[in-house]
Amino acid sequence: MKESTIMKIHYGTALASVGLVAVHILMRLTTGFADSLEYENVLANYRSVPYVVMLELILILLSVHGFNGLRVILLELKQGRVYEKAVSYGCVVAMIGLIGYGSRTIIMTNMGMV
Amino acid sequence: MAQVSSTVGEQVPTLLSASKSILLRISKFNPELDESSKFMEFTVSYEKWTTVLEAILDVKKHFDHSVAVRYSCRQATCGSCGMLINGKPRLACFTKISELDSDVVTVEPMNNFPVIRDLTVGFEKLFDTHQKIKPYVIRDDTELESDQREFLQSPKEVEQYIQFANCIKCGLCNSACPTMATDSSFVGPQALAQAYRYVADSRDKGKDTRLNIIDESHGIWRCHFAGSCSQVCPKGVDPAMGIQFLRGYLLGFRN
Ligand code: HEM
Ligand code: SF4
Ligand code: FES
Repeated sequence: MKESTIMKIHYGTALASVGLVAVHILMRLTTGFADSLEYENVLANYRSVPYVVMLELILILLSVHGFNGLRVILLELKQGRVYEKAVSYGCVVAMIGLIGYGSRTIIMTNMGMV
Repeated sequence: MAQVSSTVGEQVPTLLSASKSILLRISKFNPELDESSKFMEFTVSYEKWTTVLEAILDVKKHFDHSVAVRYSCRQATCGSCGMLINGKPRLACFTKISELDSDVVTVEPMNNFPVIRDLTVGFEKLFDTHQKIKPYVIRDDTELESDQREFLQSPKEVEQYIQFANCIKCGLCNSACPTMATDSSFVGPQALAQAYRYVADSRDKGKDTRLNIIDESHGIWRCHFAGSCSQVCPKGVDPAMGIQFLRGYLLGFRN
């Protein structure tokens, strides 16, 4: 992929995250901080489909953004053909892994499997 | 002219005519022989107009001929005499001792360049990256074939790039750049500023070629806008601004 395409995605995911994280925080503010973390409340949140879709989106956006950021940091830290390939593929694999694991939590909780 | 006395080794008899003097600390390092660099110290008298280069040349003339320094024009034109002066990348011929406002003047080789010896660094990579962005007007026809025999530009068109055409390839910007410090493959502010210089030239048709060249993993996106390049440029080039303009093309804000 062209570096400019990757960086468009990087900036795009950052901007979209600002919006969605703001909504996320505002929704957390509808109840007190302690209440918000009550076991039953957390489960109830996960049952709400629109909220869960938003959480999933934040997960994807910030994983893409964060792991690309990590790739950039690592590419600037050290150079070399093998190292750079390992960094690029490693970051994609780790990103897919994190999204997979997070999605598993979100989907299982939403379906009442916990 | 300033005269020199040494604070290391035997004291050289001097007749210091000027009223003021400074301690000039010169970094000495021969990568083939030395493990690390060390400083030689000299007391140098100076006048209001004495440049750091003149002080170094005085040391060479009167005390230690072995000091390695590259220079030519002595007037901020050839781009040879870049070095760290009191920690900041500057041209030695364009920096007056009096303006430094310090009793101690320390000169070291530029950062982010391989040291050849003492204050002299290798420019191979800078010239490579400069060449890589195709620093010439690209187009299929030539002035000779056109009816006009020259490609006319309006003053406004010249204004678009003329600032960037002042670059003397001194490398101070690359030396100041924090990305250059860790990313040995980064194309660097000097080459990026020159990429913009030609892209912004109304006679040039090589925009897409050049944008392609800088749009890679160690290209333009590795600039994080520290802006140090523009702060140290002795010729008023603003590489950081050029880089943002180039990004504008790549992100679709400019065409
Ligand atoms: C939602 C708010 C965020 C915004 C607006 C944002 C914006 C940005 C921007 C513009 C860059 C590029 C900087 C550059 O090229 O110099 C960047 C880089 C980066 N971001 Fe984010 N980001 C946000 C959140 C996050 C989060 C939550 C993470 C961690 C998961 C993260 C991790 C990174 C990393 C590792 C880099 C690379 C470091 C760098 O290039 O300087 N960011 N971010
Ligand atoms: S842009 Fe300025 S600092 Fe950089 S090489 Fe050219 S003249 Fe020197
Ligand atoms: S000697 Fe030419 S720029 Fe300093």
